[in-house]
Amino acid sequence: MSRLLPLLAFIALALLLFVGVRMNSGKDNSAIPSPLLGKTAPAMRLPELVLPESRIGIADLKGKAYVLNVWGSWCVSCRVEHPVITELAQSGTMVVGYNYKDSPEDAARWLARYGNPFALVVQDRDGQAALDWGIYGAPETFVIDAAGVVRFKHIGPLTPEIVQEKILPILQEAP
Amino acid sequence: MKNIFAALLLLTGFLCSGTAAALDPIDYQSPAEEQRFKALAAELRCVMCQNQSIADSNAPIAHDLRMEVLRLMREGRSDDEIKQYLVERYTDFVLYEPPMRGGNWLLWMGPFVLLLIGGIAVAAVIRTKNKQSDAAGNGATGEDW
Amino acid sequence: MLPELGQMALLIAFVLSLLLGTLPLWGAQRGNVALQLTARPLSFALLAAVTVSYILLTVAFVQHDFSVAYVAKNSNTLLPVMYQVSAVWGAHEGSLLLWVLTLCVWIAAVAVFSKNLPDVVRARVLAIMGLVALGFLAFTVITSNPFERMLPAPLEGHDLNPLLQDPGLIFHPPLLYIGYVGFSVAFAFAIAALIDGHIDTRWIRWARPWTNVAWAFLTLGIALGSFWAYYELGWGGWWFWDPVENASFMPWLVGAALLHSQATTEKRGSFSSWTLLLAIAAFSLSLLGAFLVRSGVLTSVHAFASDPDRGMFILAFLCCVVGGSLVLFALRAPKEAGKPFHWQSRESLLLLNNLLLTAAAAMVLLGTLYPLLADALGLGKVSVGPPYFGKLFLILMAPLVLLIPFGPLSRWQRENLSDIARWLAPWLALAVLIAVIAYFRAPQHPLKSAMAWFSGIWLALGTARFVWHRFAQSQGRFTAEIIGMVTAHAGVAVFCFGALMTEGLSVEKDVAAKPGQSFEVGDYRFTFLGVTEVAGPNFIAQRGDIQIGIGERHLGILHPEKRQYASGGSSMTEADMHGGLTRDLYVALGEPTDNAGGWALRLYVKPFVRWIWFGAILMALGSLIVIFDKRFKRKGNEA
Repeated sequence: MSRLLPLLAFIALALLLFVGVRMNSGKDNSAIPSPLLGKTAPAMRLPELVLPESRIGIADLKGKAYVLNVWGSWCVSCRVEHPVITELAQSGTMVVGYNYKDSPEDAARWLARYGNPFALVVQDRDGQAALDWGIYGAPETFVIDAAGVVRFKHIGPLTPEIVQEKILPILQEAP
Repeated sequence: MKNIFAALLLLTGFLCSGTAAALDPIDYQSPAEEQRFKALAAELRCVMCQNQSIADSNAPIAHDLRMEVLRLMREGRSDDEIKQYLVERYTDFVLYEPPMRGGNWLLWMGPFVLLLIGGIAVAAVIRTKNKQSDAAGNGATGEDW
Repeated sequence: MLPELGQMALLIAFVLSLLLGTLPLWGAQRGNVALQLTARPLSFALLAAVTVSYILLTVAFVQHDFSVAYVAKNSNTLLPVMYQVSAVWGAHEGSLLLWVLTLCVWIAAVAVFSKNLPDVVRARVLAIMGLVALGFLAFTVITSNPFERMLPAPLEGHDLNPLLQDPGLIFHPPLLYIGYVGFSVAFAFAIAALIDGHIDTRWIRWARPWTNVAWAFLTLGIALGSFWAYYELGWGGWWFWDPVENASFMPWLVGAALLHSQATTEKRGSFSSWTLLLAIAAFSLSLLGAFLVRSGVLTSVHAFASDPDRGMFILAFLCCVVGGSLVLFALRAPKEAGKPFHWQSRESLLLLNNLLLTAAAAMVLLGTLYPLLADALGLGKVSVGPPYFGKLFLILMAPLVLLIPFGPLSRWQRENLSDIARWLAPWLALAVLIAVIAYFRAPQHPLKSAMAWFSGIWLALGTARFVWHRFAQSQGRFTAEIIGMVTAHAGVAVFCFGALMTEGLSVEKDVAAKPGQSFEVGDYRFTFLGVTEVAGPNFIAQRGDIQIGIGERHLGILHPEKRQYASGGSSMTEADMHGGLTRDLYVALGEPTDNAGGWALRLYVKPFVRWIWFGAILMALGSLIVIFDKRFKRKGNEA
């Protein structure tokens, strides 16, 4: 019987590794889940980036569901997900831009060049406020419902599938 | 998509491979503060460069977290409070030492359980051999080398 | 043209390994001597084919053949020649080819040095090694062909990762691979013995030197990697418990247990099944290491770019090799047949030794895979790092450190441990005394400092006591085995002292330095003179000048650099250090703090850090000395 033990132990190990390889195919396995899910979003006390297209102020976010997108002009993947964000905004969703570790000039220039899908852009130049959100890089995207509760977080660029399957259902809930 | 992930991974790898020392000249208020800060920073994981503590990592977020830790320390919070503050924002993952919680029991106790089982097996073998030895009347001590 | 030849050589090698893996094995099963004798020529032919392939890949690098995708990704025309050669193993495909080449060299070596072995045994051993080669060649040819063309060929390649452009990184992978792959010899032996059905101590005696050589090279490879990380990465660390480091450490621990177990089985006939199991485990862990590094299952700064397909292939290979061996073990492991022994004896001590080493390896495996396990079971994301590994390793190794001096002094079969305790007691007391003094005198981390002194002195004096005992006992008859053992155990003493002293008493300061400013760190003075720009072969660097001194003495000027490579990417830190026997002085450059020449600097004093690697070298040396013992020169068919 004891002769079988090493083999049994190895089988357990191999199973674990098999699951591991399957789990990690193609997705970024270093993403940390958000502890904010189900909790009230941190109060937004950041300065707004004044742009001609800005339609609302921070106070207007109260009572409405919105998507918070963390981006920076230095962030390569943000450019990649930009069309997805733009389409999301054009379909009527309120998308708030969280400009992370960026200068206002660079941010404004980036938006002028690639288009501004954001109803509002808040500015976090030194990244201190980002710690409250558990942000550690860009792009990251949060979905906050009308009650102000964080319902979803995605790390990495958004894809149409994620928007379709994860984000829209939350936004379409009755207020 | 796969290419983007690959590129991201490479970029992270480059950032996190220690290409620049995680340097932060800090004016410590006292040697005790310096020691406490360094000890605390070594116990917190960099959430970007995930196999380094925030003391070792040169990722921007590591710098931010170090400054935050220093700020919280100077506010008068205890080590546990500071850790809790960060866990609330980044989950248990930010603790470099896995907390003794839930499933982590397996992690911390596992090696000792294995040692115990191995020890029992070894003891059994020694006992058998000892009995055989006594039966064979091996009174004399054995060879040297 | 040449790359296609290289590819063809690989395919030829694949076929040869298939033949090597099957014909002699069949011959051994059927008693067909002619088939058994095909093993040696096939081994040499295999080596020739793989060597040709490897040389052609190197030629592609040196000739800047960027039509070969692997060459384009890992080198460019500005790369210095020696790095063009070492770039061959700088990424996945090429390093895999190096693995295969190393394996074939070992196979050929076994073919050459096995004249004392019966044909049947040699045939089995070489065939099993051939099967391993077959697996790796299949992996290379199917998923990781280094000769794949990229057309149209780019005019200039990317760069070898600047981190790898370093002399240390030239030798680190080859040394490691020699070690990992070398365990395949003991493994092949174990399988051959299991197939045969009985284990013969003569075959163990034959296998021992091979295991010792493999373990020695693994030790050197790990030590070099550690030293490289220390001087290259810029923050003075020497071991990070990173998954890839752990992947090399596990076979090392089990290999150490294997060395001791093989010696016991050879001399006393005991524990033959445990020795077989350890041999299987050591090589399995080597294979597991290869899997972890290349499959993307674990996050590590070390890992090659991950590819799940490759991961699956290696996993399948792992299952065949390890699963197959363990099935064989379950079915045919021999019954315990060795000489009996009293509970007070060297055998018992060695059993404890192996138990502790194996438990440590299991701990490292658990910690390394735990994040994966937690994720798979939905327990959330956990991270396991130095706070876990470091603590548990110390706890598990402490009893071992206590026991080591008892081992050599005990006799086989029966010993009076109270006698030995009496001999060693004064030295134990001395070690404790010095440790207590160190505890109260340490400026920081008193416990680590005390442990450093205790382990260093206890191990050194305990081993010296044995040497004295031997002189007195046998008029100074020291076999190579004994000399090797003493050297290796002394190496453990040196290592423990260095590691614990560095961890306990290192001082580090981050400063914002203005030109002309001096800083005191420990007893030493660092004066910042300024930063100038210099150009290298393929980079431009900001070079700092820091003068170091102690008291009145001027020790020299250190030149840490921040390099920007022509191939782009973020800048690289090259720390500079003043190495010494009792301490290292170490400086790394940060960022400019202002526009007036001020820079952030990190200054270190690291006591006894070099003892870490001296200790490792002694351990490797000891292991190598053992193979010259006369007992291994006896003919294989003598008892």
